Amino acid sequence: MTLMATERMKLFSTRSPWFCSVLAVGLVVGFASLLTLTSNDPAHVDLGLLLAGSQFGLMVVLVMGALAITTEYRFGTIRTTFQAMPGRTAVLGAKAGVVGLLALVLGEVAAFGAWGVGKVFGVEAGLSSSADWRAVAGLGVVFALSAVAAVAVGALIRQSAGAISILLVWSLLIEDLISLIPNVGDNIRDWMPFVSARRFLGNAGPDPVLGPWASLGYFAAITAVLFAIAAVVVNRRDA
Amino acid sequence: MIEASGLTKRYGKTLAVDNLSFTAQSGRVTGFLGPNGAGKSTTMRMVLGLDTPTAGDVRIDGKHYRDLKDPLRTVGALLDAKWVHPNRSARAHLAWLARSNRIPAKRVDEVLELVGLTGVAGKNAGGFSLGMSQRLGIAGALLGDPKVLLFDEPVNGLDPEGILWIRKFMHRLADEGRTVFVSSHLLSEMALTAQELVVIGRGKLIAQTSTEEFVAMATEASVRVRSPQLDQLRSALGRDGVSIRDEGDSLVVTGIDAAAIGDLAAAASIALHELSPQRGSLEEAFMQLTGDSVEYHTDIANDTAALLATGSVAR
Amino acid sequence: MTLLAVERMKLFTTRSPWWCTALALALTVGFAALMAATANDTVPLTVAATQFGFQFGLVVVMVMAALAVTTEYRFGTIRASFLATPNRTSVLLAKTTVVALLGAVVGEVAAFASWGVGKLIRPEADLALQTAYEWRAVAGVGLVYLFAAVLAVGVGALIRQSAGAISILLIWTFLVEGLVLLIPRVGDDINRWLPFNMANMFITGDPDPSNRDVAFGPPPADAGLAPWPALAYFGGVAVIILVIALVVTKRRDA
Repeated sequence: MTLMATERMKLFSTRSPWFCSVLAVGLVVGFASLLTLTSNDPAHVDLGLLLAGSQFGLMVVLVMGALAITTEYRFGTIRTTFQAMPGRTAVLGAKAGVVGLLALVLGEVAAFGAWGVGKVFGVEAGLSSSADWRAVAGLGVVFALSAVAAVAVGALIRQSAGAISILLVWSLLIEDLISLIPNVGDNIRDWMPFVSARRFLGNAGPDPVLGPWASLGYFAAITAVLFAIAAVVVNRRDA
Repeated sequence: MIEASGLTKRYGKTLAVDNLSFTAQSGRVTGFLGPNGAGKSTTMRMVLGLDTPTAGDVRIDGKHYRDLKDPLRTVGALLDAKWVHPNRSARAHLAWLARSNRIPAKRVDEVLELVGLTGVAGKNAGGFSLGMSQRLGIAGALLGDPKVLLFDEPVNGLDPEGILWIRKFMHRLADEGRTVFVSSHLLSEMALTAQELVVIGRGKLIAQTSTEEFVAMATEASVRVRSPQLDQLRSALGRDGVSIRDEGDSLVVTGIDAAAIGDLAAAASIALHELSPQRGSLEEAFMQLTGDSVEYHTDIANDTAALLATGSVAR
Repeated sequence: MTLLAVERMKLFTTRSPWWCTALALALTVGFAALMAATANDTVPLTVAATQFGFQFGLVVVMVMAALAVTTEYRFGTIRASFLATPNRTSVLLAKTTVVALLGAVVGEVAAFASWGVGKLIRPEADLALQTAYEWRAVAGVGLVYLFAAVLAVGVGALIRQSAGAISILLIWTFLVEGLVLLIPRVGDDINRWLPFNMANMFITGDPDPSNRDVAFGPPPADAGLAPWPALAYFGGVAVIILVIALVVTKRRDA
């Protein structure tokens, strides 16, 4: 708990997490407003479209998660941190925990905000099925796991530019370009982490390889593996 | 107390620290002296568990740093004053440090007061001058009221007032019974600050001794004597504890002072054309000791004497 | 000329441009090899299919170009640069020129190497460069990288922070332009005039649709202009952003 409290103080005593939080929620809710306001028939805008802006939010969360650790390397405070708290795995865990919790809150606020804005502008999509609930309430969970993965990548790469490039290029480009490979591309794509996360949220498509909850479990497992690798490397490496 | 034994750090092909053993006692200011690039910072990072030694071991009061519970309560360190987030206020920086080691929040204000930063505690650390950053770093080191303190080049870039402040501060900390381990590349500074010295060059230990002894050895006087009767003079001076070296038309004598040489010469009716005491410069002796040109020995006395006797460091 | 030489020396005396160049080539050529190796009778290798890795190279070139400016701010060397040459516009223009030329070279080498690797692995495939479309798909890559580098230098000089500049560039290129399509009624029309869609139009636009299936190459772009005007439009956007960056840099304290 001490470690979590410490990491919380560190995170919120700089500006960038505040900025990222506002941006993440603002983009998701803002895009939902834009979509409903420009729609000819707002009543029939579905949840999937309403939450299309969550991709923006996800990018912000990835960047925020990576920066939470790369700025420590950038400014040398990682050494101060390890000097104060020599248990490096615990520090990394506390940091991932705090950033993940923040991302969870941001995801929930953004998703329910987007849904609420849609309601105000006349969208009729309700939260009737469990799939609807997953699409909205599930966003926070996906954001939280993504933030943890981003902390892990940040800890491995240690440079903001490199970590952010890898995270964004992976999630925005590689996972989709993979499907262009003849024959096997689509099969590989089905097992990509962010594709799995989206499958949990609702974009299952026909004949999905995993059910929604199994997809989430798979995404969580990949995140856990990344985190474990990062923890081992951070412990071995000189700070 | 800090005890290092056989501490070694290798980066690829270069040995940054080579089989280094030393101790820093409590109640003393121990200076860690060596030229830039000698391995001082690397050693300090290993003491703090930041870097893992390739070989060897370093303990603080018998424990590895990583095994200390709430380490800031045992060890305080200032390695680099710029290791703060520029957009975080001085108070916020100290607040998270305090929280991480269960140090009461009111201690933050105490240390801010102690280093004289209370007035700017709410300002972002990125806007601090080097002197202010240094004070903030010292505040962080003192936060846990630790028994052991490490400072890496704390006077670098400070104005004379700041240097004096730090010097007095370290003496006070040592007088309170703490272990103070402070690195510098300036012997003149260490001569004023430290009571004990650990001297390294190229990652290797050159000497561990008290500052007084080191200074005495480094500046041991020699006397240059010129005379038309050099042979007679040499035999007149020939006794225990006196070493004599020929330099053309003169002798360089150590182990006996100029007055005694003059008396001896007068008693033996030897004419003297010159009788001049030679003083070695502390800094030059140190540079010679730690520089590339010299092979390293732990026998500091002979080295220093030899260096001074060659005249190359004499003024 | 002196400034160009200085900027060239600055660029190539750090490791990151070398890294980026190697990475861009490895990704594009590697992807082409992958496409060639997995091609078969139902999905034959085409000229366009050898250029699937185009976007990877684009990312790397933009990141490199942005870093060329932001690292100067990161390490404070921008002040040394402006002390050595007080005319900031000249400094930035020289830097832009060097980075853009490198981008162009990387693009041409990557495109022709990708094409060559396709020919090597699938000698029987029809990879002849005959139509204007096929020439643009390969030789045009360098031109797009050139202007993308100009744009990225502009964004880097405006933002001054690596993390921010890279995030904006990548999110814009690969997310915003795509998500705009989702906006009802106007989304399609807006998308037709977005800069990177225009760049895609230049590379993939105007193929004879009877020649190939969409799946055999990057999907043809739907933009508001014909290929060459589309490139001019993309270049124009890049130059406008650069000019804004030049004005801002001149006014701002270094």
